[in-house]
Amino acid sequence: MYVVDAVPWTQHYTIDALTLDCGRTLSPVQVAYETYGQLNAAKDNAILLLHALSGSAHAGFVNDKGEQGWWYDFIGPGKALDTERYFIVCSNVLGGCSGSTGPGSIDPATGRPYGLGFPVITVGDMVRAQKCLIDSLGIETLLAAIGGSIGGMQALQWAVDYPEIVRSAVILAAANRLSAQGIAFNEVGRQAIMADPCWQNGDYYDGTPPRTGLALARMIGHITYLSEESMHEKFGRALKGADGYRYKFSEDFEVESYLHYKGNRFVERFDANSYLYITKAMDYFDLPDLTSIQSKMLVISFSSDWLFPPARLKALVRTLRRKRKDVTYCDVQSSRGHDAFLLEVGPLTELLSGFLDNVCGR
Amino acid sequence: MQRFDQDIIVNLIPRGARVLDLGCGNGDLLTKLQRSGVSDIRGVEIDDRCIAACVRKGLTVFQGDIDEGLGDYDDASFDYIVLNQTLQVVHKPTLVIQEMLRVGNRAIVSFPNFGYFRIRWYILTKGQMPKVDFLPRDWYDTPNIHLSTISDFQAFCRTRNIAIERLIGLKSCATGKTAGHFQNLLSQVGIFVIMSEREIPN
Repeated sequence: MYVVDAVPWTQHYTIDALTLDCGRTLSPVQVAYETYGQLNAAKDNAILLLHALSGSAHAGFVNDKGEQGWWYDFIGPGKALDTERYFIVCSNVLGGCSGSTGPGSIDPATGRPYGLGFPVITVGDMVRAQKCLIDSLGIETLLAAIGGSIGGMQALQWAVDYPEIVRSAVILAAANRLSAQGIAFNEVGRQAIMADPCWQNGDYYDGTPPRTGLALARMIGHITYLSEESMHEKFGRALKGADGYRYKFSEDFEVESYLHYKGNRFVERFDANSYLYITKAMDYFDLPDLTSIQSKMLVISFSSDWLFPPARLKALVRTLRRKRKDVTYCDVQSSRGHDAFLLEVGPLTELLSGFLDNVCGR
Repeated sequence: MQRFDQDIIVNLIPRGARVLDLGCGNGDLLTKLQRSGVSDIRGVEIDDRCIAACVRKGLTVFQGDIDEGLGDYDDASFDYIVLNQTLQVVHKPTLVIQEMLRVGNRAIVSFPNFGYFRIRWYILTKGQMPKVDFLPRDWYDTPNIHLSTISDFQAFCRTRNIAIERLIGLKSCATGKTAGHFQNLLSQVGIFVIMSEREIPN
């Protein structure tokens, strides 16, 4: 029906000025985004997709650099987010480092990167920036706001802040607040970055970035994204070399090697200061009052997720149920921990496509 | 297969009622309610494949265990709470019924009637746990752990100050015929509309 772009590319929209929850105004603000599918004439088929901590605007298809989007399996013709029916928008979050304004961007006042001069941002600020983007695209209602982890927090914030715009919201592996455990892991990650001598109080853009600290933060984060069971299945006690223990403090086990690989690959594409700012926004996220929500809600937890355990999502759903919101809850059986929202393609596709069909039909 | 028990329940519920279906399965009853014009409907179901089926039908459902109670719902937040052919599989029937009557103004409870004459005859002649069309599983292979009779449930209600507003004895789910007399003897399924004693209108 619609022509689908063979190669999606990241586009940019500039907001003149954005007032933030902390009281400061950021000007200008650039928002990097990608779109898939076509906005229909009635402009009622738009879906806003919201990425997690380390994601980017590149959610679907394979881009000009040959990279698959972070939700490649869910976006495309006939997939859960069917690009022949829906117009999908995904933008890099405010404070990020994949094209949107963040601590690594140039501060027009000084001509140098913001560094720690960048204001502390919130999930609400991220959503406000996305709202400017949506307005600029001529979208007046969102068929759905969908996100996992901090993306799910944003989807929930959308439903709270813009009830008249968001027809439905899908919250994957996220709740209306971050738990003490979540804050604790974020803080350890930040401390790892700030303890790296190269961090230089955030002013490292002319020199060497804090690679060791950021890689360590990523390694810690990665442990929380997996489950005990999935780590056992994936690595067990498998050794790297064939010769048994090396009796050195080098990599002995496959799991160590995997974490180092993940850490080192992460520093190639992510800015350490963005990590500080985005995790702080997660920590601050706390939405006790959900009264304003009018959207049809789908909340999905994953049985082995210990960063956002099913009990936390159930608590969110109970609050919504008590307020008689239209909320459906499913706990998907998965051994893949928090990352399941990226990996459980079968059950999620079934739930999402069924849900969106009905939102569409209403 | 035609489910006359569902049709009877649909006919018991007026349009505009707020309904919660406990153990809603694939959402068949909820869909029938929706088609009959009852729009404020919710379901609770423990099986995730059933949840996906309900989502596809556009129903609002919660994956959860009804034995954990309905603690998150305020008193009298529904007009009807339905427990259709599920009472016999719950672990805490008393708690579930109490919760239904707290959260709902009325409860509709249906269950296979162990007092049905064919079941009595089966036990009398074979001396074994009955296997009949509406209770087809072997004793070791059944999810049913709290089987009862219509008479049992009447006694249960009497001792707990629960008023039985209506009792329909269904002779067969497949034909929809009801029993006028000797309901405990002639019915395969008992369908009760109950409410708390104190709330009976004069």
